[in-house]
Amino acid sequence: MSSSTDSNTKFLARPGNSPARRAWGRFRRNRLGYWSLVCFCLLVLLSLAAELVSNDRPLLVRYQGQFYTPVIQSYPETVFGGDFQTPTDYLDPFIRQRLSEPGNWALYAPNPYGPKTLNYFAKSPNPSAPSSENWLGTDDRGRDLLAQLIYGFRVSVLFALALTFTGTVLGVLTGALQGFFGGKTDLAFQRFIEIWSAMPELYLLIIFSAVFAPSLGLLLLLLSLFGWMGLSDYVRAEFLRNRQLDYVRAARALGVSNWQIIRRHVLPNSLTPVVTFLPFRMSGAILALTSLDFLGLGVPPGTPSLGELLSQGKNNIDAWWISLSTFLVLVLTLLLLTFMGDALRDALDPRKADR
Amino acid sequence: MSSPLLSVSGLRVAFGGHEVVHGIDFAVEPGEKVALVGESGSGKTVTALSLLRLAQDATVVGSAVFDRQDLLAMPERALRALRGQDIAMIFQEPMTALNPLLSVGEQIVEVLQLKMGLSRQQAWPKAIELITQTGISEAARRASAYPHQLSGGQRQRAMIAMALACQPRLLLADEPTTALDVSLRAQILDLIADLQRKNGMAVLLITHDLNLVRRFADRVLVMENGYVVEQGTVPEVFGRPRHAYTRRLLESRPERDVAEPPASDAPALLAQASNLRVSYAVPRPGMAGWFGQGEFVAVQGANFVIQAGQTLGVIGESGSGKSTLALALLGLLPSSGELQVGASPWGVNAQQNQRMRRMVQVVFQDPFSSLSPRLTVEEIVGEGLLVHEPGLSAQARREFVLAALRDVGMALDGDEAALLRRYPHEFSGGQRQRLAIARALIIKPDVLVLDEPTSALDVTIQKQVLGLLQRLQRERGLSYLLITHDVDVIRAMAHQVLVMKDGEVVESGACEQLFQAPQHDYTRQLLASVA
Repeated sequence: MSSSTDSNTKFLARPGNSPARRAWGRFRRNRLGYWSLVCFCLLVLLSLAAELVSNDRPLLVRYQGQFYTPVIQSYPETVFGGDFQTPTDYLDPFIRQRLSEPGNWALYAPNPYGPKTLNYFAKSPNPSAPSSENWLGTDDRGRDLLAQLIYGFRVSVLFALALTFTGTVLGVLTGALQGFFGGKTDLAFQRFIEIWSAMPELYLLIIFSAVFAPSLGLLLLLLSLFGWMGLSDYVRAEFLRNRQLDYVRAARALGVSNWQIIRRHVLPNSLTPVVTFLPFRMSGAILALTSLDFLGLGVPPGTPSLGELLSQGKNNIDAWWISLSTFLVLVLTLLLLTFMGDALRDALDPRKADR
Repeated sequence: MSSPLLSVSGLRVAFGGHEVVHGIDFAVEPGEKVALVGESGSGKTVTALSLLRLAQDATVVGSAVFDRQDLLAMPERALRALRGQDIAMIFQEPMTALNPLLSVGEQIVEVLQLKMGLSRQQAWPKAIELITQTGISEAARRASAYPHQLSGGQRQRAMIAMALACQPRLLLADEPTTALDVSLRAQILDLIADLQRKNGMAVLLITHDLNLVRRFADRVLVMENGYVVEQGTVPEVFGRPRHAYTRRLLESRPERDVAEPPASDAPALLAQASNLRVSYAVPRPGMAGWFGQGEFVAVQGANFVIQAGQTLGVIGESGSGKSTLALALLGLLPSSGELQVGASPWGVNAQQNQRMRRMVQVVFQDPFSSLSPRLTVEEIVGEGLLVHEPGLSAQARREFVLAALRDVGMALDGDEAALLRRYPHEFSGGQRQRLAIARALIIKPDVLVLDEPTSALDVTIQKQVLGLLQRLQRERGLSYLLITHDVDVIRAMAHQVLVMKDGEVVESGACEQLFQAPQHDYTRQLLASVA
């Protein structure tokens, strides 16, 4: 046999990178997705370090030869020469004056307001338009909008990550069980999903938020309970299709266990819909939280949230900066997520030619 | 000499800047039967489609003069009048080429109404006449049948009836028999030849099957990679091929090169079955389906033995139960009757099953669905070791994988690490089939089940893969259960043969004996189809 010369045994010589590196290469090749990832990561990092970026307490204070770290520790006003034992309000002109005396100094965060800071010393009525003091203006209670957006973005993204994670894990798990084992398992699960999906989700949320104290954890639990069903159907269909393909048969003939067949063969080939929906689930989760906040069913009062800001924007139509900046933050986040999703799908498909 | 019916010159077809047909010239005389032969990717189908400007998104350059009109230059409206009327086309897969929502009669009537201007009342009897002409019995009843109610052969006949409705002067037949069973192929081809004679039309037959060309055509064009490398009359080209590629095609008929078993001592039995029966549960129609399931018997009363170092060939048409037989032997389908691999039936206990899995391995037909697209070569080929040799280190496993790849003739002169990291889609069909063989061989089985291992491959590749299988058998004394519908493959490979039809073994015996003196009518029919 002339196997060494025939055209059939030649293969293209390409630099062999590990599969993970090639996947990363495919991700980077989608320029839009790659830069979206970079931007999104920067934004998330920025919001995770929100205390250093936007805070009403200075990061470091030098007062009468001693260092203070108000960002970590709370000091009573008497420390800085005030009259009361109350926590220091560093926006107070009196305190500011004390801190700027010769020998004393204070290092403020770039945006010297926290999400709940009320500026009692503002020069214009609330809500006030963007100015050099409040870069994006204030809301109707006098809180700085930029600070609220930064903290609200953090809450939204973390919540969305958690909700996407639980929803995806539950959806893939239930879909995989139904699709792989089929038959009676499938039948039972399908009927359960039909009943479960007939429950009125919004009513349950309203009832529960009346019974329990509203918290992010409760919201996460409730939304997870209903969020897995759509995905589960897609995964089930993929499993039903893939489990009868020849490569699964070949694995069975090799004696590979069910769990290994699911893990190595069927699952990776069934994840296309999961990955495709991932960014949309994430943006869906952000929107869900936002809309529940808007309705007043979401996060506990006082938590900075995008939904609450939108609701304020609706109540104060002429304070255009509230709705506009919140809207822009939402649009930007959702766009970045969608672009990243496209690139992720390319990256996870080895059939996409990599260069 | 009159001018040719169709004369193509300088035809170039490109898809998005990538040229697939590089300037070909040929002519078809009126009433002539011309065959266009080539392997997949040679551009033969694209050539035919671009003649009718049916190739989507293709840039077509050149001229194709049909009856003094250039098909490639005429306005779309004029061409539309020509399609079906003067030039008709039949396709490979009649199931997808017919509209599933219209009865075949209605579809033929539609052609007659559009092209011949007949009324519905006039067209219906004409349609029945056409269907009768194609040899479908009870034409009046079949005319109101929907495509799914007809068998594959009947569907293809209906397609032919439709194509011939307007008595075209040129028929483009694109692999008209490839989707059909062997015994039907000859019938359909004879039908086309018959109708061609009656109507005096010319036929351009596109095929990869040299047997069909020899049987059917007057003249043959051989295409390779978008070029016509040779053309001439069939006896000329087949008798004295001038181009190397033509010679390779002609020599691609598989050759018998297997170790014959010693006549004296009986070799060891590796597997045996007697009175094997496999059935599926199928839903009963209507209300009955609510209360129980029906049963479809796929294999019944099969007896066979697999002997060390020999090949048991199973031949039959689609639906004859031969693949089911293989799955039962692999322990992937429950069966009743007696079935032993080694000396044990399936399902005694888990350890025993794993030991038996190590003895029997499988290679499937479709090299595209039998390798998981998201695993690398190393993961695919090495999987068996993970199961059966869990103690191996990653390095040792890699050595075994490389050895297995070398055994199946995957060239390793390139970068080995790069080969191991490749994904299946980066390989050709033949290479993928080699990977599938390597995956099965790595755990050193005694019996290899080959389920149509070459029928998805081009003929020259088929020969290479069969050669590889023959070499492996000689070197290692492997036994094969070879399932195929291809008589040539059986002739080249098998020691013992089972002929299956409708779930039953109709004939069995030694290969040579069976070919020389077939007992059963069906066997004779099968053998006649390739003679």
